Amino acid sequence: MNVEEKVKAIVSEQLEVAVDSLTIETTFEEIDADSLDIVELVMALEEEFDLEISDQEIEEIKTIGDIVSFIESKV
Amino acid sequence: MLKLDNKVALVTGSSRGIGRATVLALSRAGAAVVINYARNREAAEQLLAEVEGAGGQGLVVQADVSVYEESEKLVRASLEHFNRIDILVNNAGVNRDNLLIRMKPEEWHEVIDVNLTGTFNTTRAVMRPMLKQKSGGRIVNVASVAGIYGNSGQVNYAAAKGGVIAFTRSLAKEIGSRGITVNAVAPGFIETEMTAVLSDGLKEQALQNIPLARFGKPEDVAELILFLAAAGHYITGQVIAVDGGLVM
Repeated sequence: MNVEEKVKAIVSEQLEVAVDSLTIETTFEEIDADSLDIVELVMALEEEFDLEISDQEIEEIKTIGDIVSFIESKV
Repeated sequence: MLKLDNKVALVTGSSRGIGRATVLALSRAGAAVVINYARNREAAEQLLAEVEGAGGQGLVVQADVSVYEESEKLVRASLEHFNRIDILVNNAGVNRDNLLIRMKPEEWHEVIDVNLTGTFNTTRAVMRPMLKQKSGGRIVNVASVAGIYGNSGQVNYAAAKGGVIAFTRSLAKEIGSRGITVNAVAPGFIETEMTAVLSDGLKEQALQNIPLARFGKPEDVAELILFLAAAGHYITGQVIAVDGGLVM
């Protein structure tokens, strides 16, 4: 699984949305993720990719693609 | 009968008083209990022996919850031993009573640091693992009627406990959607070391204002905490007084 597929799988599991409905452009607003959902998602991502995401970086996450490019820049 | 089989409960400041009674109540209901103390190791070890003697499971961890790193250490030790935390009781508390005009800044800070900041510290440390467990959770904060109605000679203690109450309500709103309930109990006059030092005159006067005509026992508070931990499925953000009717 590449980073994008992994991220989609985690988002799908954490936020209980079908993985097929997620694209790189999907925003968290569209899938009704609130701020606590995002924090939980970040916790899962940190664990999966063994990295730390700062509060400021969390602020900048708006789409699935934002997460993918962020993780690709770190690993 | 309230059951807590396979649940793990962390009770801060539990070597004596209300914390001790809470450990015993939760343990009797089947929970594995983490006993935390700041200084009184002997009392904590004795309590553990009592828990184990009755067939329960427990662990003693030293930590001063007024220091964030120590709260983290406490939570980590609990998870390493029991793998999960389902119930957190923020009970650790101190009082340094004095009239405001005579109160030293250190007396103010110590009481705020243990009672209020300690509640933040341990709850903060527990939140990530509790959310990750995805099985909800129970947080019970021990406040005080002084935190609702005020008490002469306790501006520090009342401010800290009032803060605990506001903390309770805010966090209840924040994490209710994850099945975690957050409630506060507000003891009145309970027979503990904290109230043993009060003068006879003050005790006599207090008794006259208690409809149930006696001081409470730590067990009176512990049974409410047990209820909130084991039942109370649809109760969150509440402050429940255990004070014999002292304030209504």
